[in-house]
Amino acid sequence: MKTFGGPILFLDRSDINTDEIIPAKYLTEITKEDLKPYILEDLKLPGFEPKGAKTAQARVILSRANFGCGSSREHAPWVFEVNGITAVIAESFARIFRQNMFNCGMAAIELPAADLDLIFSHAGDDDATMSIDIEAESLTVSAAGKQKTFSFHISPFDKALVMAGGWVDYADQKY
Amino acid sequence: MGKTTAEKIFDAHLVNEPFPGTKVLRLDAVLCHEITTPIAIDDLIRRGKDRVFDRTKIKAVIDHVTPSKDTKTATQAKILRDWARRHDIKDFFDVGANGVCHALFPERGFIRPGYTVIMGDSHTCTHGAFGAFAAGIGTTDLEVGILKGVCAFRQPKTIKFNVTGTLPTGVYAKDVILHIIGKIGVNGATDKVMEFHGPVVDAMSMESRMTLCNMAIEAGGTSGICQPDMTTVDYLWPFIQDDFADKCAAIADYSQWRADADAEYDQVIEIDVATLEPTVTFGYKPDQVKTISEIAGSRLDQVYIGSCTNGRLEDIRIAAQILKGRKLAPHVRGILSPATPAIFKDAAKEGLIEIFMEAGFCVTNPTCGACLGMSNGVLADGEVCASTTNRNFMGRMGKGGMVHLMSPATAAASAVEGVIADPRKYL
Repeated sequence: MKTFGGPILFLDRSDINTDEIIPAKYLTEITKEDLKPYILEDLKLPGFEPKGAKTAQARVILSRANFGCGSSREHAPWVFEVNGITAVIAESFARIFRQNMFNCGMAAIELPAADLDLIFSHAGDDDATMSIDIEAESLTVSAAGKQKTFSFHISPFDKALVMAGGWVDYADQKY
Repeated sequence: MGKTTAEKIFDAHLVNEPFPGTKVLRLDAVLCHEITTPIAIDDLIRRGKDRVFDRTKIKAVIDHVTPSKDTKTATQAKILRDWARRHDIKDFFDVGANGVCHALFPERGFIRPGYTVIMGDSHTCTHGAFGAFAAGIGTTDLEVGILKGVCAFRQPKTIKFNVTGTLPTGVYAKDVILHIIGKIGVNGATDKVMEFHGPVVDAMSMESRMTLCNMAIEAGGTSGICQPDMTTVDYLWPFIQDDFADKCAAIADYSQWRADADAEYDQVIEIDVATLEPTVTFGYKPDQVKTISEIAGSRLDQVYIGSCTNGRLEDIRIAAQILKGRKLAPHVRGILSPATPAIFKDAAKEGLIEIFMEAGFCVTNPTCGACLGMSNGVLADGEVCASTTNRNFMGRMGKGGMVHLMSPATAAASAVEGVIADPRKYL
């Protein structure tokens, strides 16, 4: 099983769509690795640089409502995966993106807006990191010398997919 | 307690419920195109599982970039083509026979009431127009669908839209769905089915119903669904006439998929279209809509008519009615892409293609190309397009470009005036 956690990339906006995560013109790449340089290329947010150091160091993305809306492209989770980001925390997700994350053995975790506000208050702390325990359904944020733990819920099916490493292996055994 | 259409389809296709709240369904159709399928094929080969669950239930088309524009897109097409040949998939549509998937597959009669349909494409919800449960999914779900013929879903709740009134002149299914998305928002139907009812939907052609269901995903919806009726049977009749004694027998059978009168809905939303105006998006999200009176006069560089939303014969006829005897405004480029070869042929036969060409349009082959900024009409930084497509995300049609979504009628009127324009004065 993958480990989930590390430096947090703060993307403070709702409705971040799959075209912003990976523009369609790159969907002609045949391997996931080839997507790597294009992560979040078309996302315009104050202070956010797609090719900046914070993006390169990030292991977790924190965002707001309806993350991953738009296209069905699994290239969106893949471009995160090849950049070392294996979990997205948001208030809510678009259905296809959320399932694509779990199908790849990665995590799409929902937190209430009030919890997200607390974590976003650390957006200016360069040392903000998160560790995620999928089994226990809890995550801990460390920033500015303090720690805070939040609990979350993911469906038993999605948890099983993370544990199995994805849907293909799981389905091939069961169906 | 009665059931919604989606609940009936879920019950009839249930394989099992591996965990509470997750249902694994048997699939009737697994649809494939050259952008999201090749990586699934490569992964199946890598795993030593290069098999298909049922070659007759798999349909494949090269449609996003066709004919191929470079080595990479040619390679994607080749992977899909070689795979279709290897597995003897008869319903494979290559250059010359290919068109936009969500127009082509229904036109071939592949989608029937009560079906479960998946495709690695978010606009798969289009096929719910036939009374099917049709959902866009990612490459991994597609891979499992190809291999095992199953897909896992959370049982979706259903929102019922009761569309009443009479559509005013110049107002179409596209305006209705843009209005609905504006009302409920881009995540107003996330994890839910949008079931369309009411006299306005009953009176719509299958083409219009497909336009309506096509944009369910823009409100986050899992599937759009219309109720199967005589319009559905008439459309499908060439493909089902050997299965039923007559059309009444077909409608009797398909009625099993209609929602029960006492079905339980998550919400019921009343939409009265009597005073609806032509509707256009203004920002970078499909729920940012304005009426034509509010937005008329906005500047344009390009007009695009086509796509799985509005590239069908009905759409081309409406636009041609406005363009006949008129010219594109001098500074605007016009592009028409009929969604399938059959539509292209019929449009030519009816003299519609000539009307577009006389007006100064470029008529391209059927392809998804421009809609997602891959080919055949990509915008430059700062350019603006009036488009009959479905998504207006920033840079969608090309980096730095902006898209206004609208009906074919509004797009045609805008082409003539060179700014966003009200189609009603031309009708």
